[in-house]
Amino acid sequence: MADQTLPIPGSLGEEQQRVGMLEWLHSWVVTVDHKKLGILYVVYALFFLIVAGAEAMAMRIQLAVPNNHFLSPELFNELFTMHGTTMVFLVGMTIIFGIGNYLVPLMIGARDMAFPRLNAFSFWLSAFGGLFLYFSFIGGFGLYGMGSAPDVTWWAYAPLTAKAFTPGHNTDYWALALIVMGFGTLGAAINILATAFSMRCRGMTLMRMPLFVWLMVVTSGLTLITITPLTAAQVMLIIDRFLGGHFFDAQAGGAPVVWMHFFWIFGHPEVYVLILPAFGITSEVIPVFSRKAIFGYPAMVAASVGIAFVSTTVWAHHMFTVGMTSVGNAFFVLSTMMVGIPTGIKIFNWIATMWGGKIRFATPMLFCTAFLFQFLCAGLTGIMLSVAPWDWQLHNSYFVIAHFHYTLAGAFVFCIFAAIYYWYPKVTGRMMSETLGKWHFWLFFIGFHITFDTMHFVGILGMPRSIYTYEADRGWNALNMVISLGGFVQAIAVLIFAWNLVYAYLRGKVAGNDPWDAWTLEWSTPSPPPAYNFAVDPVVRSRRPLWDIKHPQDPDWKYER
Amino acid sequence: MSTVPIFADESWQQPSRGRVGMLCLIIGESAIFTIFVVAYIYYIGRSLTGPTPSILEVPYFNSVCLISSSFTIVLAEHAIKHGQMRRFRAWWALTMALGIEFLIGTGIEWKDLIVDRHFTISTNLFGTTFYSLVGLHATHVVVGMIGLSLVMLFTLMGRVNQGHAERIQVLALYWHFVDAVWVVVFTVVYIVGR
Repeated sequence: MADQTLPIPGSLGEEQQRVGMLEWLHSWVVTVDHKKLGILYVVYALFFLIVAGAEAMAMRIQLAVPNNHFLSPELFNELFTMHGTTMVFLVGMTIIFGIGNYLVPLMIGARDMAFPRLNAFSFWLSAFGGLFLYFSFIGGFGLYGMGSAPDVTWWAYAPLTAKAFTPGHNTDYWALALIVMGFGTLGAAINILATAFSMRCRGMTLMRMPLFVWLMVVTSGLTLITITPLTAAQVMLIIDRFLGGHFFDAQAGGAPVVWMHFFWIFGHPEVYVLILPAFGITSEVIPVFSRKAIFGYPAMVAASVGIAFVSTTVWAHHMFTVGMTSVGNAFFVLSTMMVGIPTGIKIFNWIATMWGGKIRFATPMLFCTAFLFQFLCAGLTGIMLSVAPWDWQLHNSYFVIAHFHYTLAGAFVFCIFAAIYYWYPKVTGRMMSETLGKWHFWLFFIGFHITFDTMHFVGILGMPRSIYTYEADRGWNALNMVISLGGFVQAIAVLIFAWNLVYAYLRGKVAGNDPWDAWTLEWSTPSPPPAYNFAVDPVVRSRRPLWDIKHPQDPDWKYER
Repeated sequence: MSTVPIFADESWQQPSRGRVGMLCLIIGESAIFTIFVVAYIYYIGRSLTGPTPSILEVPYFNSVCLISSSFTIVLAEHAIKHGQMRRFRAWWALTMALGIEFLIGTGIEWKDLIVDRHFTISTNLFGTTFYSLVGLHATHVVVGMIGLSLVMLFTLMGRVNQGHAERIQVLALYWHFVDAVWVVVFTVVYIVGR
């Protein structure tokens, strides 16, 4: 049972013959090939990245000047709910499982995922979940009539979600879409774990797997125990809304705080689910562009598993203002601070990998270098917010927004861009333009800092989140204008990126099998890889199999212990 | 850990993907049940109105049936591993009968509560937590029964043989999980909570 022997219908290699449009479309719809599904996931996620980005831009136009009337308050509520939900579930989750889908089998020398049909099923669940969520803009009936998208924020605190306070069905669209996508994600996570544990090629022991695969394993393991509590909580919400249950109904003895706990038991590990694959991407890119093997591989693996464990015990740091006991507060302060230990180990290891290396600042490396700096800053504001009294002061202010956008945009999205620039030649066979890539990087980097550095200040000055406008006498005017302008710089950068993607696909330089002189197995296949991935099952003797092939007189396995 | 180079003639074994996949599903499902069990325990005695859990009758017979189905399915696994198909069919049928008995028992309990005592999921907080936790478990029993029935159907069609022993074991893992969860649900709902 360890390998796939069935021919895989609709895989990439078959496209070589000219086929009709309908047949081509059909081959993508019925495909169970991990590479095609990976591409579908990533394209889907990039589409929603643009959608959610446009929602953010609309909100920034509204907030650029005080007492603005660009958006109505109702629409503003819908937009920040949808922006958050989309970015986390439709962009973040789908893109990590897309990249993981594409790369994990290639990196471990397998023919496909462990369960190809489950893989297709998971993708289509996620895809239709997302469409269902967005259908609410047309078909959702809410407090303000037809066409109401969910407007209860992406954490959807009770009792606002109760039938009495949010009539209509827009909250149901939100809850049901998340349940459907949750099952899709669960399937994808199970598949990644089974693939990594059962489909490795000969010699690929666990401690020789590329760090990206390790980080996908840790992420998938964490997904198993974080997405499911969200599904359980959504089922409770649906029971409350449709069957007249009382889980979060304070008038019948239920406790809205229970929803907060359940949501953040999901919500906090969720940000680690997103950031761990980003760590994996960095751990692949930095060694290749520093021309050195990763520093401290076993420590990196241990730190990743450590982060996953610690991350499950920190959720209530989102709830310091609820009024927990001082013992509760102290526990969550300390556990939150503990996350800094394994994360610090990783940052030092990346720097040690770069130290003394022959660094090439190609676009992927630029994004990863910026990631190191921004993730460090995000970690530091995280330590600040983990101190309960500091959090009491700044909770629900723009300081918190700035902090988590530093982690999710400044760290996660930067690594995703690095991954796309790095693996695009493998997926399409063509290089993305370095010139456009550098424009994209610098504009996005500058725009990012203009926006999110300034957000810290406006937060310390007391601007709360989730407000659709503000009075002119609060001293926030200039800062908000700067934040919005930075947003436009980022939007231009993303458009350059989108153009680069399309242009490179049509006119890009032909890449060859191994344009970056890299060391992991995916670079030993043609670009794009054929349906069967490897003509001969690879045999691996070290963590850098391609190094061994390229340097037979000085292979890695002589030194790895 | 050992990273001694592996040569082509050495044996290379990995865990079966079915087993790994099922274990991962069980971990995920355990998290769902954990949330519902925690909600149940937290809400014990917090209902503002009656009825209270004392109206429940402890389903001893039902529980014995479900738990013993775990033993019969082990005997079925053992039989198919050794190619004794008639024995496999018999133990598999008995497992299914025990599962169906459990579902019928739950149905009778719920009919008594809903129709005769007018105690529903919306009556009070206890009703909400009771029906959702026990119902969640019963849903899993139904899903398990669908899996068992499919195997039975294919067995009667003569399509199942010794080569499927491992797949049967993977499905049996799920059934064991459903039984193990019942031990927790039974303890929480009928012993601790009552």
